[in-house]
Amino acid sequence: MSQLDQTHWDLVIVGGGNAALCAAIEAAEAGMRPLILEAAPKPYRGGNSRHTRNFRCMHHGPLSVLTGTYDEEEYFDDLLRVTKGETDEHLARLAIRTSEDCLPWMEAHGVAFQPSLSGTLSLSRTNAFFLGGGKALVNAYYNTAEDLGVTVAYEAEVTQIHVQDDRFEGVTARIGGEDMRIEGKGLILASGGFQADLDWLARAWGPSAKNFLIRGTPYNRGVPLKQMLDKGADSVGDPTQCHAVAIDGRAAKFDGGIVTRLDCVPFSVVVNRDGDRFYDEGEDVWPKRYAIWGRLVAAQPDQVAYAIIDAKSLELFMPSVYPPEKADTLEGLAQKLGLPGNKLRETVDAFNAACQPGAFHPTELDGLATDGLEPPKTNWARPITEPPFYGYSLRPGVTFTYLGLKVDDTARVSGPHGRFANIWAAGEIMAGSILGQGYLAGFGMTIGTVFGRIAGQEAARHV
Amino acid sequence: MFDQAPKLSATEEARRQIEICNACRYCEGYCAVFPSAFSQRAFSDGDITQLASLCHNCRGCYYACQYTEPHEFALNLPQALAEVRVESWERFAWPGAFARIFQQSGAALSAALVIGIAALFWALTALAPESGEGFYAYLSHSAMVAIFLPAFLLPLAAIGIGLRRYWTEVGGARIRWPHLKEALIDGAKLKNLSGGAAEGCNFEKGDRYSQGRRHAHQAVFWGFMLCFASTSSGTVLHYVFDMQAPYGLFSLPKLLGVPGGILLVLGAGLLIRLKLKADAKLGAPRVWGGEMAFVALLGLTGLSGLVLYAATGTALVAPLLALHLGTVLTFFLTTPYSKMVHGFYRMASLVRDAQRKEA
Ligand SMILES: Cc1cc2nc3c(=O)[nH]c(=O)nc-3n(C[C@H](O)[C@H](O)[C@H](O)COP(=O)(O)OP(=O)(O)OC[C@H]3O[C@@H](n4cnc5c(N)ncnc54)[C@H](O)[C@@H]3O)c2cc1C
Ligand code: SF4
Ligand code: SF4
Repeated sequence: MSQLDQTHWDLVIVGGGNAALCAAIEAAEAGMRPLILEAAPKPYRGGNSRHTRNFRCMHHGPLSVLTGTYDEEEYFDDLLRVTKGETDEHLARLAIRTSEDCLPWMEAHGVAFQPSLSGTLSLSRTNAFFLGGGKALVNAYYNTAEDLGVTVAYEAEVTQIHVQDDRFEGVTARIGGEDMRIEGKGLILASGGFQADLDWLARAWGPSAKNFLIRGTPYNRGVPLKQMLDKGADSVGDPTQCHAVAIDGRAAKFDGGIVTRLDCVPFSVVVNRDGDRFYDEGEDVWPKRYAIWGRLVAAQPDQVAYAIIDAKSLELFMPSVYPPEKADTLEGLAQKLGLPGNKLRETVDAFNAACQPGAFHPTELDGLATDGLEPPKTNWARPITEPPFYGYSLRPGVTFTYLGLKVDDTARVSGPHGRFANIWAAGEIMAGSILGQGYLAGFGMTIGTVFGRIAGQEAARHV
Repeated sequence: MFDQAPKLSATEEARRQIEICNACRYCEGYCAVFPSAFSQRAFSDGDITQLASLCHNCRGCYYACQYTEPHEFALNLPQALAEVRVESWERFAWPGAFARIFQQSGAALSAALVIGIAALFWALTALAPESGEGFYAYLSHSAMVAIFLPAFLLPLAAIGIGLRRYWTEVGGARIRWPHLKEALIDGAKLKNLSGGAAEGCNFEKGDRYSQGRRHAHQAVFWGFMLCFASTSSGTVLHYVFDMQAPYGLFSLPKLLGVPGGILLVLGAGLLIRLKLKADAKLGAPRVWGGEMAFVALLGLTGLSGLVLYAATGTALVAPLLALHLGTVLTFFLTTPYSKMVHGFYRMASLVRDAQRKEA
């Protein structure tokens, strides 16, 4: 019992990311003494939240670093578009409406903001960027929580949740290698999705999931989620799906974070392991197509693809963390990437031959499309001719999973007998209650902040 | 045997890290380093020197970074840039060997101090004037000028050489007034030390923000400036108005010097305290001792001046005068080779950054 001197707590909070911290701060401000159980060691505390950069915030007129106005209707429309209607309107509007209050609340609890980052100007109206990113946010919240008397146990993985009928009684946690039972009057689950459990991912998605890279924390293995589903908690979200983007194939298995992002696809020819193209690289501007490329690559043999550009395009996108492979000929590049050289040459020649004259505009849909090519490239189709040639490998990088717990507008988890008496959920673990599919940049942190705060307030009211 | 990655030079290591930052950009709002870096895609050695000179080691970007150890990217930008800075000051200094000694070694700086004080004791005995008033009863005005004029001008010349070398390395253009103005305003306000949107540095309290370092630095800076102004005003009074030291409490030299000395002492004391609490691994650990000794020397300059003033008319004036003048002498002579030089390069980097923003 290394770090804990008591086994009975007002409130047990599972997880140490944004949602957990917002819940802990609200509960502590309402007079409770919460315990946070964080599976990660201290340097890696904060789950996927430590990798974030902004949250999406409704506002009327300029607010802190946000410009213009972003009202409820526009926000909701944006959400409907990406989820193709698979949105719980009541909860979504609650999250959107409350987001406006969240920004000043966050500032009052230590979070600093900065103007939208260079290269992301299009987000300056909708998304408020954290100064220093999500880890700075998480640090600020840990300091605030500490000042409010919240206790935090690191390397404390919850392995079991004990429930009697509709009441939570306690958890079993492995703390510093030892199993320990901890009782609580209430439970808040904020332990994220299950994407770091590759076996589970493979059962849900298929064996190819073993080749996926996980963009964030290795600690979100969905153990608390699984425990609750076994206890009959209602689930939401597609159990077989995950949000995956195409990232640099050389990234580490876990925790590569934002820098493994590759923005070169719209200016590339993308081929699979066999040297064949498989999708329109120029379908839309990259931020709008970013998210589908994870699935596209996942569907290719060995779950890998290669983006090929020439010297003309190297500086048109954000620099990447791993330098591209580089060669003076396409054959040379193919050799470095492990691609069949003749085939790559054939594919690129066919592409080049299908390119049409016209004006190239890298920052907008320029309609510069191929003619007679299958699949076509419908924008930014410029022949790849100018050496040196550059190539990046792409792999699916999983951001989060959709399967989650169903909650109501008080963040209370529902089960076989209606609502559980004293169990709340916030953040990624219940995001499926709002987003059935798709994703809107910055909405994950909004959901975590809004529902984390609600869960903390509600728990303080009811236990 | 072969799987060990070769150790990178300070510049290479900083470049490795800055390239990761350039793909991330989360720290853009902290300081001038990031906007300057993010305007480029490739970084020459001179670019890295310039970025390092823009960094004031607030450490915000360390505590905010999701890629610090044990992550494989092992980011520690405050340290990487501090190492580059220290190396660059050694490279630019003339003669370079002095910088290697005094930056690194607190003992060397202390030894220099002892020698400086001893030299003044010797001067006081050997050059004792026949007559004179105030301090000039102990050391004639002409002897003081003979000692301190070269002790002031030689280091300035050495710094000038260093700055020229810096300017060449970072590829600086011709300096015009708007560049200088912007740099001076930034410098005087310690704008970047405010931490951008953050409230101060992450220095002595780990990942909590604090204004402590900024306030301490302001005290030292303005304290030093007041002391300097006090001496300058004394010189003007002496030569222009033919008014000789000692000056009374309500004279310009004293009105500037007394508060200046107090600020200098308080600021230096506070800086030492903060530095003792802060994590040495987020600076350049190699020069920690030299930096500490330098701050102590600054504080001692102020303190010995105040004590000397307080002792006016007592028998202690002679030894205290030797102590104070010896400290000042050591301070001046080591300026091009101690941490003191950072102020000059920092100003130069701000001027260069103003040029970048204009381009
Ligand atoms: C690279 C990347 C960038 C992103 N950028 C953004 C962005 O800019 N804006 C945005 O809105 N969203 C972003 N997201 C999504 C965002 O990270 C999530 O929506 C959000 O962080 C979820 O917060 P959370 O608190 O629910 O989960 P997390 O922050 O993931 O926290 C889960 C916590 O639970 C702990 N945990 C897990 N299992 C257990 C257990 N059994 N016992 C104890 N503790 C456990 C984990 O260690 C972790 O601390 C990004 C995601 C990634 C991967
Ligand atoms: S220090 Fe870390 S968080 Fe900050 S910009 Fe660099 S890589 Fe990103
Ligand atoms: S330590 Fe501070 S000043 Fe230096 S680069 Fe980091 S944020 Fe900028």
